[in-house]
Amino acid sequence: MSDAQFNEMYLPDGTVREHYAPLAEWIATMSPERVAEKRREADMLFHRVGITFAVYGDEQGAERLIPFDTIPRVIPRAEWDMLERGLKQRVNALNRFLHDIYHGQEILKAGVVPAEQVLANEAYQVAMIGLDLPHQVYSHVAGIDLVRDGDGGYVVLEDNLRTPSGVSYMLENRRMMMRLFPELFARQSVLPIEHYPALLLDTLRSISPRAPREPTVVVLTPGPHNSAYFEHAFLAQQMGVELVEGADLFVRDGHLYMRATAGRQRVDVVYRRLDDAYLDPLAFRPDSLLGVPGLLSVCRAGNVALSNAMGTGVADDKSTYPYVPDMIRFYLGEEPILANVPTWQCRRPEDLALVLERLPELVVKEVQGSGGYGMLIGPAAKKKEIEQFRARLTANPANYIAQPTLSLSSCPTFVEGGIGARHIDLRPFVLSGRDVKMVPGGLTRVALAEGSLVVNSSQGGGTKDTWVVD
Amino acid sequence: MLSRVADRVFWMSRQMERAENMARILGVTSNVLLFGTKETREQNLLAPLSITESEEAFFERHKQLTSRTLIEFLALDESNPSSIYSCLKWARENAHAARWQITSEMWETLNTTWIEMRAIKRDRVTGAGATEFFDWVKDRSHLFRGVTYGTIMRGETFNFSRLGTFLERADNTARILDVKYHILLPSVEDVGGALDYYQWAALLRSVSSFETYRALYRDQIFPIKVAQMLILERRMPRSLAACFEQVTQALDRIKGQSDHTVKRLANEINVRLTHADIEEIFQGGLHEYLTVCLEDISELGSRIQRSYLGTV
Repeated sequence: MSDAQFNEMYLPDGTVREHYAPLAEWIATMSPERVAEKRREADMLFHRVGITFAVYGDEQGAERLIPFDTIPRVIPRAEWDMLERGLKQRVNALNRFLHDIYHGQEILKAGVVPAEQVLANEAYQVAMIGLDLPHQVYSHVAGIDLVRDGDGGYVVLEDNLRTPSGVSYMLENRRMMMRLFPELFARQSVLPIEHYPALLLDTLRSISPRAPREPTVVVLTPGPHNSAYFEHAFLAQQMGVELVEGADLFVRDGHLYMRATAGRQRVDVVYRRLDDAYLDPLAFRPDSLLGVPGLLSVCRAGNVALSNAMGTGVADDKSTYPYVPDMIRFYLGEEPILANVPTWQCRRPEDLALVLERLPELVVKEVQGSGGYGMLIGPAAKKKEIEQFRARLTANPANYIAQPTLSLSSCPTFVEGGIGARHIDLRPFVLSGRDVKMVPGGLTRVALAEGSLVVNSSQGGGTKDTWVVD
Repeated sequence: MLSRVADRVFWMSRQMERAENMARILGVTSNVLLFGTKETREQNLLAPLSITESEEAFFERHKQLTSRTLIEFLALDESNPSSIYSCLKWARENAHAARWQITSEMWETLNTTWIEMRAIKRDRVTGAGATEFFDWVKDRSHLFRGVTYGTIMRGETFNFSRLGTFLERADNTARILDVKYHILLPSVEDVGGALDYYQWAALLRSVSSFETYRALYRDQIFPIKVAQMLILERRMPRSLAACFEQVTQALDRIKGQSDHTVKRLANEINVRLTHADIEEIFQGGLHEYLTVCLEDISELGSRIQRSYLGTV
């Protein structure tokens, strides 16, 4: 992996890459006044529609906009086809892995993944052992984070198999671009993504335990104060299903029902956007008011399907991540199409020694962490921060993994004072039910601060529309 | 429809209607303060507090009742749950919680209203810009109702929204009439005589029915005709009869379980309003009649809450 940065739009000699050419011409015609005007218009539209994002621990910005950048990120069709094959392959293997560890545990017996790594994992759900799920699928909605290394090769940064979010921004960003710059879509053939909610509903219906009738699907949200509430509401509305909170649901005679003005109504599939620990106060956290008492027993009886299933966290854990390429070989007998980032597991003494030695140049992450919290970016950290982190790492090495600091590709972005190159990543979404489906695209996140590598919206990142062009 | 969401939609509509009615009451109050004796001035300042049953809360916060403190309390006070500020805030909160059930246009209307409300200059509202502010509130309410009527699917969301709107409006019309009548016509003997033209005209304007009165009666303003119009005249969209026509229609369309006590009470009130005679109402006492109406409306509200919106 080279240190150089990959520029999405320009070749090293400064000429524009072919798939960005129409966009580059368009940017050249944009006066700074028009850019500023369109930015204001976009801001106003996002505010009016209420596409906001709540940030934890920030009273002031309790509802903030995710900054939206109007220069799209472009992916040529052929490149996307490769990505799609690679992503489907990866998610297939991860679902096979989840089925395996809750059934025969062949992969543990074969010694491909260490047994204690799985069985002692906090996210391993004993209640799921031996339970048969429709199509043997656990993670029906997966979000896979990709970045590009210095040569432009795509690598998987992490898998999100629990309750990945961001798809509403993918859809709204496209809608916004079409509204603000309809002329742009005439210049290039951009593949559509608007059918995502329909694919999601198909996927959710395909896992219903009650076959003969049209199943009742609901979206379960922790409520309006959750940071991703906009997305929960948006998806429910787009699919035309009910958005429910825990208090709307109850268990009676082994079935799940919702409280409605016309009486109770049976629920077949719950697309839950609530962590495992909060789902059922009888089985997990007794202090949770967000879940439904008895839900687990209804699941175990096979009278309701949860999406994603419980216990998927064990497969997207950062300590499991290094084994995914081997899972692909083990279950599918194929070579991985998409590579991993080289990863050191601090629970191994030899890896830990190496990591401690090279701490200032590495990125160190908590095994269970997400959203950019609790990580160290060596090159960007002050000496004192590195030493504080070193102490935490030494105290509990098994809680951390380390990776080389990736350069991340950069893409032109409107910033204060013009256009600047900013780092981006990509989160495509993979839907698995009766079969595996995707829309061509994903959520592109951009680190708006110059040189920054952190793209998380909770840490001041923004988003871009993502175009797969034919 | 989920009970929790129906509850949100019902209250979203009630709060928006309540904000509008508050703006109407305050708008007329500012207007009638321009004329009249010192005594009627005080009565007129007190009326909005009597109508909203918030005298006690007001004097906990303010020593003096002036047009400035009155507007401060009823329009802008964040700690007063019935202030215009609070109503717009809660209407928007409720819409937020139900936003996937309402149309984007409805949400955008309430969200924009709230954003604008927060940017409004308080000094202007309590001073020279009062009328402009009250007109703005009315406009936003009209817009919301129009957007709702024009965009939402005819289903339970629509039904509960209509139910909230018209139950709240009935409650308000009854209150305004009750309090104002008392001020304008302390003794029953005066019924039938032509009274202070400006005061009566102001009352009619507060419920947007000055022109309607003219069109219907082509006459001087007589108190009994005003009461007739605000209670029994179905063609007057803010009358009790018109409101209850809408309430019963909404309830007819709502599918429920064990909700017969709700529907029965609404129908009873509706039938009573259909066959009532204004002379008889006055014989029994207008205040007594309106008191019963307000109790019925409150009881109907509780039954709606229990039958459809409760969490049991």
